Amino acid sequence: MRALQQVDAGLHRRDGRPLSHVTASVELKQISRHYGTVRAVESVSLSIQDGEFFSLLGPSGSGKTTCLRLIAGFEQPTSGSLLLHGKEAAGVPPYERDVNTVFQDYALFPHMTVRDNVAYGLMVKGVDKQKRYAEAEAALELVALQGYGERRPGQLSGGQRQRVALARAVINKPKVLLLDEPLGALDLRLREQMQTELKSLQRRLGITFIYVTHDQGEALSMSDRVAVFNKGGIEQVDTPRGLYAKPRTVFVARFVGGSNVVEGVLARQLTGSDRPFSVRPEHIHFARELEGDRLGVEGKLVDVQYHGATSRYTVDVPGSSPLNVNLPNSEDETGRPAIGEAVRLAWSRQAMVELEPGA
Amino acid sequence: MTSAHAGATTHAGVGRSISNLLYRRSTLRLLLLLTPPLLWFGVVYLGSLLAMLAQSFYTFDDFTMEVTRELTWASYKALFDDANADIVLRTVGMAAAVTIASGVLAFPIAYYVARYTEGLSKGLFYVAIMLPMWASYIVKAYAWTVILTKGGIVYWLITRLGLGGALEWVLELPYVGGTSLSTSNLGRFLVFTYVWLPFMILPIQAAIERVPPQLLQASADLGARPAQTFRTVILPLAFPGVVAGSIFTFSLTLGDYIIPQLVGPPGLFIGSMVYTQQGSIGNLPMAAAFTVVPIVIVGLYLSLARRLGAFDAL
Repeated sequence: MRALQQVDAGLHRRDGRPLSHVTASVELKQISRHYGTVRAVESVSLSIQDGEFFSLLGPSGSGKTTCLRLIAGFEQPTSGSLLLHGKEAAGVPPYERDVNTVFQDYALFPHMTVRDNVAYGLMVKGVDKQKRYAEAEAALELVALQGYGERRPGQLSGGQRQRVALARAVINKPKVLLLDEPLGALDLRLREQMQTELKSLQRRLGITFIYVTHDQGEALSMSDRVAVFNKGGIEQVDTPRGLYAKPRTVFVARFVGGSNVVEGVLARQLTGSDRPFSVRPEHIHFARELEGDRLGVEGKLVDVQYHGATSRYTVDVPGSSPLNVNLPNSEDETGRPAIGEAVRLAWSRQAMVELEPGA
Repeated sequence: MTSAHAGATTHAGVGRSISNLLYRRSTLRLLLLLTPPLLWFGVVYLGSLLAMLAQSFYTFDDFTMEVTRELTWASYKALFDDANADIVLRTVGMAAAVTIASGVLAFPIAYYVARYTEGLSKGLFYVAIMLPMWASYIVKAYAWTVILTKGGIVYWLITRLGLGGALEWVLELPYVGGTSLSTSNLGRFLVFTYVWLPFMILPIQAAIERVPPQLLQASADLGARPAQTFRTVILPLAFPGVVAGSIFTFSLTLGDYIIPQLVGPPGLFIGSMVYTQQGSIGNLPMAAAFTVVPIVIVGLYLSLARRLGAFDAL
């Protein structure tokens, strides 16, 4: 029953309804983690709602995994405050926190059967064998691995180990599940399948998922909200749609969806302002003449990449780094420019998003 | 292109064509690599072991003191004579005690080295653990007789601490005691433990080092307190190392014949019995039969450890 209500809440959030009635399940307030002179995480503040699928997205070394480890309790913050369901958690060891983790390399116990791995959380709590094995079987069923209990982790494929790690992490019924790049080691097809399964698992369990990834596609497709990390800090927290449509900084524009960032001479020329702006590659077109309210720039086509449904055209323009244009591929591609040709690019003013400068 | 290639081939000469041949023929390469060690292992190592096994069935004539190639169980039957069974029990008891003590002493050291040291400090620990092995084993054994003798430094220290009475009480215990520390089983046990301890530390340390830290984090994450993590994750995964180390300490003690001569009460060990049988008496079949005893015991021990699941993590 509770699960169903939570599912509803999750769906509503996806639609952008207000969040005010839900409580914060994890709250980071000005959290920092330094290793000597290295500032892995620098005054990060975040509030993650109950039942939310929240992603920490960023390149490697951006501090996202350290943040996750702080929430799990494997790391202690150098300064700042961490609240789990409203209670201060700094200094609380991992085994006393109501959160569980799915590790990047699964971290299954090699000397135990799959069943004992999954039942481990109940075993250390002193739940008797019959009960914990029954629950382990149920958890294995949840990840479509019923009947695999007798095997050893070494006898399973990567995808199966991934599911065992999931089943093991949810057996204690945590309110928050932490996932540290859980799909990183899987091949593309399996990864896409697991994305769907993870999302549906989160809906069924109705618990908070905090998901660390460097893959922006993964973050966009699964999350209710995403925090984009860069150099130990957060650049932007928003819904996937918000991040993609309205990137706040140059970094977010480039990292999420690989947008064109126009800055410097060309930006001043076009807008009269020194502030950089972004234009999505799919919002730029080749044009003979400028019509209406559109902006344009002339350049030379230097590269074409074929991506199946779309093609990416790279155009050298004076006063800026090269601009990318994505065009859908149709059955008739006559009239498309060839490499080396002079072209004119055009886009509408609505397609431009003003950015804060930065990396 | 082709002519340049041909030119290079003629230039390179024999060395390269041999390399190329070995690169293409992996079986040949393997054969070349493995033949010398396999010959050594097969002929010198296993061959001598089998020869010894065969000799243990030969007949020894007590009157002529000669060995004939008539096969008999006599030597093995003689193992069960009271005097010989005593020797076996004495040796196995000591080996078991030394192994257990080494394990208990070694585990914390190994754990510390594996988990809490790195780089230079790890190197220093390796040196500290191995340092005693750099000195001659006989010198160390003799040194211990001096240390443990009456009027030696241990006696001096114990008297200074006012524990002389306690030492006397310990030395009067059956099986443990003796007339002095250096002639007691306790003294012999101390020397054995000292000498073989590094052989226990290193395999355990290697085993603990191989346990990925993520497993310990996963265990804590799932709610296990540190003591539970130790019992359910670290200990089982380190167990193959403990077994490996105990094979060293156990079989080294079983086969030793110098320390029993220098330290401890009179009474032969398996090693010293083998030495006596083949050296002064010339009863090679009996010596061989005695040598088979440790092999059988270690074999039994290994199969027991396997039954208990010691190698499940491998």
